[in-house]
Amino acid sequence: MAYSFDFSSLADYGPVLAKGVAITVELIVVGGALGVGLGIACAWAKALGPRWLRPIVSAYVELIRNTPFLIQLFFIFFGLPAIGVGLTEMQAAILAMVINLGAYACEIIRAGIEATPRGQFEAGASLAMSPIQTFRHVVLVPALQKIWPALTSQIVIVMFGSAVCSQISVEELTFAANFIQSRTFRAFESYIVATVLYLLLAVLLRQVMRGLGLFLFPRRRKTT
Amino acid sequence: MTQFTTWDIVSNLLLAARWTVLLSILAFIGGGVVGLVVLYCRIARKVWLQRAANLYIELFQGTPLLMQLFLIFFGLPLMGLDVSPWAAAFVSLTLWTSAFLAEIWRGCVESIPKGQWEASSSLAMSFFEQLRYVVLPQALRIAVPPTVGFSVQVVKGTALTSIIGFVELSKASTIITNATFEPFTVYGFAALIYFVLCWPLSKSSQLLERKLNVAHHHH
Repeated sequence: MAYSFDFSSLADYGPVLAKGVAITVELIVVGGALGVGLGIACAWAKALGPRWLRPIVSAYVELIRNTPFLIQLFFIFFGLPAIGVGLTEMQAAILAMVINLGAYACEIIRAGIEATPRGQFEAGASLAMSPIQTFRHVVLVPALQKIWPALTSQIVIVMFGSAVCSQISVEELTFAANFIQSRTFRAFESYIVATVLYLLLAVLLRQVMRGLGLFLFPRRRKTT
Repeated sequence: MTQFTTWDIVSNLLLAARWTVLLSILAFIGGGVVGLVVLYCRIARKVWLQRAANLYIELFQGTPLLMQLFLIFFGLPLMGLDVSPWAAAFVSLTLWTSAFLAEIWRGCVESIPKGQWEASSSLAMSFFEQLRYVVLPQALRIAVPPTVGFSVQVVKGTALTSIIGFVELSKASTIITNATFEPFTVYGFAALIYFVLCWPLSKSSQLLERKLNVAHHHH
């Protein structure tokens, strides 16, 4: 019944874990940045874009939000080569994360845009700003500021989702934990270490996003 | 060599989807029951209970569901408990769901004005009676849309149980793909089935929320 923990057998696998953490960080930095970019583009399309584009974006958002990330990943990695689009594990993982985050970010950012009063658009136009300039300076930045905490949570959720990428043998943190447990037979310890590392990564990611928020919205801090 | 028709693929996926549905329902019910207990601790008037509930919520919300699955699947046997993929899937999804539901419901309970607590307390109601007769009935109304919305996350969460070998829709997709070599069709249909399961839940959550907001704006 009693189980004695033995973390010492994991000691040799520091570099494996470090590499896993590095790849998880790479996934979330690249996937997060591109995913938010896609989210902004989709939010623009849905709120202000041409009429024909809106149903397409809506269909994309609904489709992604109502299917599991694992299936999206498998479809991209195993399914797309069948129609001639071959991707490496890393490319498939990042593409899946971008597409996934893009759909959630779209809805979050759109909520921020819709909270912008109509008069702001008109004010922008009256200052001879082009629609794109109005969107960029008047609408998008305050909208992003409003929804920054929600966006941060979503990016953390996507990072947790990236654990699944081990299933297409992307050598990220979960893959490292699987590898170590297969060598040491210390499954429980391996996954505890990986879980703690995920916990720390999430704390770090939230701090980075907070700092980025302060950098992006410097003078507006007190107004909201 | 056996040939698989598209109908063979779809019918086998649908058979496997029954397990996805069953696991989702059980995990949601289990998560709801445990979630109520966690909610009670979270809003109880004992600081150590609040802290324990907080830690519980932070732990399950702050780590990947896949790690929780692995820890339960590989961890419990080490303590002398024999766990099947079924049991591990059910237990981890229940715990994970309970943490999220407790946090959602806490928000709903806290949105009930403080005066309601004070009024019921002045009627000499106990903490439990206040919850049961005054606060929860009101909080329940607000709680329905986000709770229904979260059920979509539970259905999608069941896909991860395929990784510890529980044969549901995702695992069946992988097995069928290995037999048919048609990943595009198989995963496409699997996504479609998940969509058919989740989309009505998402939509009804949105509709309920809109209905509630309209009611709110009227007074």
